[in-house]
Parts: sequence; C-alpha cells; structure tokens
Amino acid sequence: MAFDPTRDYPIGLRRPDLVTTLDGTPLDQVTLAAARAGSLVADEIRASPQTLSRQADVARAAGRSQLAENLVRAAELAAVPDDELLEIYTALRPGRSTAAELEAWAERLESWGAARTASFVREAVDAYAERGLLGS
Amino acid sequence: MSPNPALGLVAANGPNDPEPELVVEDGRVVRMDGRDAADFDIVDRFVVAHGLDLEAAAEAMALADEDLGRRLVDVAVPRAELVRLSRGLTPAKLARVVGLLEPVELMFALKKLRARRIPANQAHVTNLKENPALLAADAAEASLRGFAEIETTVGVARYAPLNAIALLVGSQTGRPGVMTQCAVEERRNLELAIRGLVTYAETLSVYGTEPVFADGDDTPWSKAFLASAYASRGVKVRFTSGTGSEALMGHAQGCSMLYLESRCLAVIRAAGSQGVQNGSISCVALVLSVPGGTRAILAENVLAAWLDLEVASGNDAIASHSAIRKTAKLMGQFLPGTDFVTSGTSVMPRADNTFGGGNYDADDMDEWLTIQRDWQVDAGLEPVAEDAVSAVRRRAAFAVQAVFDELGLPAIGDAEVEAATVGYDSSDMPDRDRAADVEAADAALARGVSGLDVALALDRRGLGDVAEAVVGMQRQRVSGDYLQTASVIDAAGLVHSAVSDPNLYSGPGTGYRLEGERWELLRALPYELDTTAADDARHDRSRATDAAVRELGEATAGGDPREVVVAVGPAFAAGLSETINGLEHAAVLAAVCDGIRSGGGQPRLVRVRRTADVAFIAHDGALLSGSNVGLGLQSKGTAVIHRADLQPLDNLELFGMAPLYSLESYRAMGRNAAGYALGQRVGPVPTELDNFARAKLIVQTTLLHAQETAAIAPGAAPVELELVGSVEQAATS
Repeated sequence: MAFDPTRDYPIGLRRPDLVTTLDGTPLDQVTLAAARAGSLVADEIRASPQTLSRQADVARAAGRSQLAENLVRAAELAAVPDDELLEIYTALRPGRSTAAELEAWAERLESWGAARTASFVREAVDAYAERGLLGS
Repeated sequence: MSPNPALGLVAANGPNDPEPELVVEDGRVVRMDGRDAADFDIVDRFVVAHGLDLEAAAEAMALADEDLGRRLVDVAVPRAELVRLSRGLTPAKLARVVGLLEPVELMFALKKLRARRIPANQAHVTNLKENPALLAADAAEASLRGFAEIETTVGVARYAPLNAIALLVGSQTGRPGVMTQCAVEERRNLELAIRGLVTYAETLSVYGTEPVFADGDDTPWSKAFLASAYASRGVKVRFTSGTGSEALMGHAQGCSMLYLESRCLAVIRAAGSQGVQNGSISCVALVLSVPGGTRAILAENVLAAWLDLEVASGNDAIASHSAIRKTAKLMGQFLPGTDFVTSGTSVMPRADNTFGGGNYDADDMDEWLTIQRDWQVDAGLEPVAEDAVSAVRRRAAFAVQAVFDELGLPAIGDAEVEAATVGYDSSDMPDRDRAADVEAADAALARGVSGLDVALALDRRGLGDVAEAVVGMQRQRVSGDYLQTASVIDAAGLVHSAVSDPNLYSGPGTGYRLEGERWELLRALPYELDTTAADDARHDRSRATDAAVRELGEATAGGDPREVVVAVGPAFAAGLSETINGLEHAAVLAAVCDGIRSGGGQPRLVRVRRTADVAFIAHDGALLSGSNVGLGLQSKGTAVIHRADLQPLDNLELFGMAPLYSLESYRAMGRNAAGYALGQRVGPVPTELDNFARAKLIVQTTLLHAQETAAIAPGAAPVELELVGSVEQAATS
C-alpha cells in the first residue's frame, strides 16, 4: 500500500512495515532481544533515507515546507559517514573554509547523492563571499 | 535600567527598528525591512532565500498591523490561517504586529497558536559534583513528576558522556519515553547524539545580528546544516534564541530586542527547525531591567508559535530575586500553556544548577502544583507521593551503578547510591575521583560506547524494563516520528506531536482543557486535607471525652443583678469538645466561670440551641441574665460580651482571634463580663492580632463551624447547663 503522508503518521505505529534501520533491519526487530542476540549494530540503529524522506512528506503535507526541506537534506546526509558530517559542519562555520574548499565539499556531497544539500552549501559560499565570512 | 536604544537596551518598538517592507521585482526580493538586497547581511540573505513565501507575502504584507493583530486574538480565525499569513511576513512586520498586542491579548494569542494540543514541561538535572548517581536519581524523579524532557550540561566538558549516560538511565527508570539532552559544544553534542546517549538537542543557538552570529561561531547555513545532521541520525532538535542576547554581546546595531529576536525566529523557521527554545532564556534579567521587558518576552513566544514552531518558553534562568515579579512573568506562559512551559525547571536545589539557573527549583515544586490547582491549569507537572519518589530515586541510582560497572567506568559506591536516594543536594554526596572519571569518559567516547551498550548493560544486571525503555528511545530514531513539530513521547513509546495531536483551540469548550481524569490527578495534592476524615477524627475525640456538662431543663430569665449568663453554642461540649486552639471546652468554661467569680459576679451556664452565630448566642444569654450582661461562646472559641439593650450584632467586647487565646484569656473575659454586670469601669482586654490567622485556619474554622450549625435546633429554647465538677454543681447537689 502506498504511503499516505496525511494518514500514515506516526509511521512507526501506522506503517511499521515501511520502517527499517539504516542497514535494513525492520523496526519491529529493533528489540532488546535482538540486541542480546548480537544482531544489532549501534551505528546502524537510525532512520534510513527512505524513512527521512517520508517524514519530509509528512511535514510537507502538514504545510511545513522548510521542515520538509530540512528532512530532505537529512535523508541525503544519512548516507554520509559520521566524521565527514562533522567535518562539513565545521567547514561551514565562519572563517573556516575558502570558497574552493566549500565547493569541494559540495562536490563530495553530490558524490553521495546529496544534491539538495550540495546546492545548499553552494548557496552558503556565495553568501559568505559577499559578507566576508570565508576563511583564507 | 532606563532604555538606551543605541545599545539595543529597549524591549520592543525601538526608535531605530526598520519600517516593515518587502519589495519584490521579477520574483526576487530587492528590498526588505530598510535594506536593499546589496546590503543584506547573512541573516537577511538566509531569510530571503528560505524563509519567505512570496505568494503569501503579497497578501500578508498588505494587511495593516492592527488587522493582523486582531486576527491573532480573534477566536474565529484558526491557527492554520494565521500560520499561512506568517509565511509571508518579514521580521520587522512580525515584530510590529506582536509589539502592538497587550499582555492579555498576547496570552490569548499564545493559547491559540501553541503547536501541540497538550502543554508539557522540561527539567534541568545537574549537580556541582557531576555525581552520576545523583544525576540519575534526580532524572528519575523529574520523569516521575511528569517532565517530558530533561536537560543536563557539564561543569567540566569531558564529563559529557558520563552525564549523558546518567540522564539516559535515570530518565528511563522514572518513565520510559522521557527525552534527554546534554548541552555542550556543538560538535561534542552531535557526537553524543550519534551514539544514542542523548535523544534530543536544544542549544543550536541563533542570533539577530551578523557580528553576534560570528561571535557565536556559526552562520544560518552552518546551523541549518547542523540541524539536518542531527535529523540524519534520527535525533530531534530545536534551535535556541531569545531577546537580549545581541545587546549583551555588544552588537545590537541600535535595534530593539524584540525586533532582533524576530530576525532570529525568521532564520529558525527558514532553516526548517521544528521548534525553538526562546523567551529571553539566559538574558532574561537584562530584558526584565528595561520597561516592557516581560511583555516583550511573551511577545517573542507568541511570534515563535505564530511561525509554526514548537516553543520551549524559558522561565529557566533566574529572572529576578523577587518571587512576586518572576512569577508574574511566568503567568504569561503558564496560563495559556506552551509546548514546554519552562525550558528548565531545576528539579534539584538551585545551588546545584550548573547552568547558573534555577528560576524555579526543588523547593518550589509544591507551589507550582498548588498554582496549577488554584487556576485549574495544566503546566506539565504531576503530584507525587514521597515513597514513590524515594523508590524511583533508589532504583535509578542503583541502575546507573550497575551500568558504570558493566561498562568499566569508575565504580559508583553503595554509599553514593544511598546518598543519592535520600540526600538533599550534592553536598550530601561522597566525592568521586574526578580525574579517573574524565579519563574514563574520554576512553568511553573513543571506543564508541552507545545507547545500545547502556541497554545491554542494564539487561545483564536484571533491569530489563529500563533496558527496554532505552532500546525504545533508539527505536524513535529509526522511525523518526518525533522529528515532527512539538513531539513528546508517552510511556508506551507513542509520539504526540503537532501532526498527530495538534492544538485546535477555537474558543470556550474547545482545545485542551484540564478536566476529567487529568484534573483529578493534578488536583489531588498529597498535602490536601481530607475534609471527611478530619470531621470523623474530631467526632471520635469528642465521643471519647466524658460528658463535661449536664443539661438541666429549659433556661428562664434570672433575677440576680450579679449574674453573668455564659451562653454556649449548640455543639459546645456536645459533639465538639475543644476550641480551634485545642483548649478543652470544660477547661474554657471553668476558666470563664473562675474569671466571673473573681470579678465579683455569679456565673450561670446556658446552651443556646436556635443559632450558631456568636453574636446572637451572646445576646440571647444577655436577655436571660439578671444583670442583662452575657458572655457568648462558640465551640471554636470565638467569644462576645453582650448586653440586652444592644443590637444583636453590636457588643461590649468581641474576641475574634480564637486561635490565639489561652485559658488566661478566657479568665480575663469572665472578669470583664463581671465588671460590666456590676456597672464598674472596665478596661477592655487588649486585642491581639495575627494577620495570617485566617489564611492558616480558615479551613479548620469552616469545618468546625459546620458542625456547630449542623447541631442547630431551629426555634428551640435555651437550656440550663451544669458544669460537671464545678462549684455551682457542688452547691446544688
């Protein structure tokens, strides 16, 4: 059955069949018993890009377009490893990066399929350049 | 402090605030709020790029400020419509409109605009020693008391993972579903979230001018990215902003606090945050120092809710030394209800609040509960029984002791567990080896200790239910349901948010009302006097005493000019046996009679049965008296010296302070009555006053007096009484 963002929320309650962890474990198998059995990996126990994308749909259906955009970026970033995530955040802070360095991050994001986030980063480059917030 | 616009020390409607404007050409914003596009700073750019719906703007910016203001308070204009309009309003326009509203209007607007149907509350749990057993115990108590979120922080940055673990364990011991955060530097905070050691973050701070943003080491873009980073790991966040921060940090650019906060909120909405912690927050004392500060803070909460954001509304940093002032300010959020009425009630005594906060702390809990009951308003807290609190504190301290042991962290001793259970604050806690703690914390972070590890540790030590709850919190990050606006999680793991449980208030009888089962829970304070039980206890005591007086037959008028009739109420020594001050009725009568005799008079005892009113009792007695002077006594101890020719509600002397009288007082009353009877010059008994008597005793007074009025026999004649063991009885027997 197709996902209906106006009816199928909370997704974990109404459509658990659609929810898995990052590594594909069904939501209903994220249990203490599974943990005891050693079948869960801590780093994987988080939302998949599909789930985040659906939460974006829920937000959009509720009229929250910017929250939806945030969750679309989140869906893209789910695939990005932790340490790179932290590096990109640091690179976006004032005076940390040159335009070229940020452009390199944008390309890296694109290589992970994070097109919207890449464009978001490029937008920042333009704004920082005009406001003197780039590093040297 | 007098206002100083140049320094940004003006609450709202500042003289330098730009005029609201939005100029769009070919679908591009070329001018907004006093600046051309070329002069936009980083805040303007971000708001224009992501925070304005130009279609809505065409309509909304054309509306007069008063028109928008009126719609905010119009019960017939739904929240959804107001949110729609907000999408097209510039920061200056937003500030102008809420700047127009008066306190009651702001409160009403907030009640309409809250995102989630049900208000909730957030707790601070910290302590000076960063003792994990105490953190866990306090977290458990906070959860039991009904807090939906708990925030901790660090005194020493490296303690972060240990504090996070203590809160995670403690909260889930108190109630599954409570969200926990550890406020530390942004990168460290994200790491804890990635590990599942915290389940939400809040201190993603945003500022209203570019230089302050830079001093805060962020930009709207970096902050928005950070929010998405948390969401990519399935973790709920809200941003933080608040009036006064720009003035405090020295770059208010001459603008008012509310206008700059409006810019912050516009950025926050543009970034796609689900919510905000605002309401001045740490700068509250600064804002409260300028005129209209309290009002501006309420206005910023309204603004945030209008922008469709979850609002955690401050009241955490100490607003004032004056309890009166700070609670007057609190009522702005308390009465309408916000998504989190405080963003940090200190569950422990404020001396242990390492945020430097504690506006409301452990010693204020009972008053908070009582004020909820006074107003019949839900502000997120529930009454708790002492033994339930002790039990959950002990279990949480024990649980974190077990977890630390399982994870190879420095041991928590049994003495710490005991002290955490029953202690008042961290001075009751043994000292830990802090060097060992931080070393272990670093190591734990390095080897990637996770929420899952914590769950397994709990499980291995027989705390299966707490382990399940910790796994349940990790599951929330998988479904992502709590990423939606204004989410809280109940004990069954179900998310209640603005999507599933929205605020649809549209006037009296609608929206969230404190009634039914929830009202029964909130009103039944543990220290509530059970009125029926109190009555029964008094009756039992009365039946237990021997009969102090004997009734002799109908009382008649007397002829002895020396006599003073002592007239008592219907239940005096007959159903009731002592005054409100605990004096036995028999002893009171003996003292009065003694006093009358010592004044040269002759006492005669009579019971008035037709009324419980002390003036009429005394006057009836005076009418029977050979001297025309009577002394009336109610069972609760109130007394009146009366004379037959006076109006019933007049008197010679009135003794209304029954809680203050001793037997000597009644003796003095008797002496004076004799004096009046014999026509002597009488100096009235000096009046004593206790302004708090009514507040202290009006409940007991009411219950006592109800028994006296219940004993009334309408129209019945007075009866003569004999005090058992008295001189008069001896004389007649």
